[in-house]
Amino acid sequence: MEWLSEFGAIAAMQGFNGLSVFCVLLLMALGLAIIFGQMGVINMAHGEFLTIGAYTTFVVSVLTEQYAPFFGPYYFFLAIVLSFFIAGAIGWLVEWAMISKLYQRPLDTLLATWGLSLVMQQAFRSIFGAREVSATLPEWLMGSWNPTEAIDIPRNGLFVMGLTVLITAMIFLMLYRSRWGLQVRATVQNRVMSRAVGINTKKVDRMTFALGCGVAGVAGAAFTTIGSTGPTAGSLYIVDTFLVVVFGGASSLLGTIASAFSIAQAQSLMEFFMSGSMAKVFTLSAVILILMLRPQGLFSIKVRK
Amino acid sequence: MNPTLDKFLGGKQGAIGLAVLATLILVVFPLALDAFRLNMVGKYLTYAFVAVGLVLCWGYGGILSLGQGVFFGLGGYCMAMFLKLEASDPESTKIQSTPGIPDFMDWNQITELPLLWQPFHSFGFTLLAVIAVPVILALVIGVAMFKRRVGDVYFSIVTQAIALILTVLIIGQQGLTGGVNGITDLKTLMGWDIRDDSSKLILYFINAFLLFGCILIGRFILASKLGRLLMAMRDKEERVRFSGYDVASFKIFVFCVAAAFSAIGGAMFALQVGFMSPSFVGIVPSIEMVIFAAVGGRMSLLGAVYGALLVNYGKTYFSETFPELWLYLMGGLFIAVVMYFPNGLAGVWESHGRKHLEKLLQRFERKSVAPVAAVSPAPAPAPEAKQLETTP
Repeated sequence: MEWLSEFGAIAAMQGFNGLSVFCVLLLMALGLAIIFGQMGVINMAHGEFLTIGAYTTFVVSVLTEQYAPFFGPYYFFLAIVLSFFIAGAIGWLVEWAMISKLYQRPLDTLLATWGLSLVMQQAFRSIFGAREVSATLPEWLMGSWNPTEAIDIPRNGLFVMGLTVLITAMIFLMLYRSRWGLQVRATVQNRVMSRAVGINTKKVDRMTFALGCGVAGVAGAAFTTIGSTGPTAGSLYIVDTFLVVVFGGASSLLGTIASAFSIAQAQSLMEFFMSGSMAKVFTLSAVILILMLRPQGLFSIKVRK
Repeated sequence: MNPTLDKFLGGKQGAIGLAVLATLILVVFPLALDAFRLNMVGKYLTYAFVAVGLVLCWGYGGILSLGQGVFFGLGGYCMAMFLKLEASDPESTKIQSTPGIPDFMDWNQITELPLLWQPFHSFGFTLLAVIAVPVILALVIGVAMFKRRVGDVYFSIVTQAIALILTVLIIGQQGLTGGVNGITDLKTLMGWDIRDDSSKLILYFINAFLLFGCILIGRFILASKLGRLLMAMRDKEERVRFSGYDVASFKIFVFCVAAAFSAIGGAMFALQVGFMSPSFVGIVPSIEMVIFAAVGGRMSLLGAVYGALLVNYGKTYFSETFPELWLYLMGGLFIAVVMYFPNGLAGVWESHGRKHLEKLLQRFERKSVAPVAAVSPAPAPAPEAKQLETTP
């Protein structure tokens, strides 16, 4: 019976590993699902907004350590809020300067935002240096939780998971229960008609884009608890994130959650049997194959165009 | 505008543009540059193959593939595998624990040449594979995507994911592909040393002639009915479909042609540069290849060549002199070209340069100018670019 409990422990830990990959993917994908799924803008710089959040957290942690050590245990919450607003504000500016002029040409937003991502990466490198940095974690985020002797679940993973649930719930409330969410969905479905009934679609677009970038910033803050941050940290995830959004059905938030979950679990499960790179190859290939069978993704909403 | 002048600029302009480019590549560069720089230009020109293919499938067909590096890489790897096998004859690899196999396989404790590598002993097979492997992959992707009417944006994302998959695969399968380092140390082609200056010169000219071949094929396609259908499809796909045309097949065809062009570029790259590595396959190089076409002009086959030359020259120059600045410049270039010059250099030429040339020629000809109901060219340079390209 001993091997059984050991196997159970390994399965639980591998499953948990998959869950933390799921959280990072989902936090990235939620922002992108708003920007790409709702607005149809292909934001290749989305990963850099995550990096903004990560660097913000790093800066807050350094400042706290130097000037307000007593604030140490709580700084993380301030960092999350700041990450959201800084990434959101930069997103707001980007929409104003660039995206708002390209709504008619979605493929061109792809190229322009790719250029933006190059500029931002170099800016990170100029400001923070090419080397990876990491924020000092508060005491309560370190260590792990042991429900049984064999199972070892890191606390930061649990925290990220809680944060993911919270952010997801908030986005759901905002999109489906608030007046603003109603305006976003109306604008997406029929821009001309929305304008005709008095919705300021320009303002809605700008706010939506800023919100998507802000969520990416929060993802970045969460990201710092798991790994260190470099100038190209965000761009490593961008393709996976796009696949998650597309796989889930671009305009469905539930689909995004389901696809992030299945991709993350598939990858972590396969990593148990083969090398990480082959697991990635198989997962991505499977996603592409399924996309060929269901081009609109797992959960597609029928939209009249 | 008088009719002869108009014919001259519209009808013969294609030929003149080609002649100018041919003079530049075949006469000016070989005379003006030393062997090292010329080899570098040859390397840039291999990217021009990809850019020319992108003009066909993106500019005219509306299909933005972000995975052209995949085809470039596959072509390059096929060629590199042949060259590597030739470079690892039993004599020169006798210090290995298994002589006669490529050195990196020996480092990875592989004792026998893998099955995948066996056919690459034959040059004929290699030449076939350089074209066939990428085209078959493009065919599979194209059929799977276009027959199911997968939209343009989705197509771009899927091709990007394929670029990622192939890179991860190449890096992961070290024993088979040489991993991150790629396939290096390529020496001879059928016993002919490809590394000395004279053979590099010959390869440069072969490369240039192949490029012109691709441009002419591109022009032929665009001047045919297929070219007009492509443009119609890009602008109003539904209407073309309702007119009874099989839209998917046209898209698949032009995507395969672009893949074949890229693959030729990749094979020539391996020959001229002497190695092939996954850093030319992935997402970043694939998007950079798109920017070559965008800078030159997504609607102009010749523009794409200029774009590839200019951007690569800029890249080499700036990353040598101001490495810090390069990414800013490259990023700024992306943004500026997309936002302000959607038709690239060719578009700028169409809307500004051409007018000046017309004036200059008018002064020379001194003929009466017949009034022509002209369509204002300023807001949409695209129709003029089309006109330029549809002239064979």
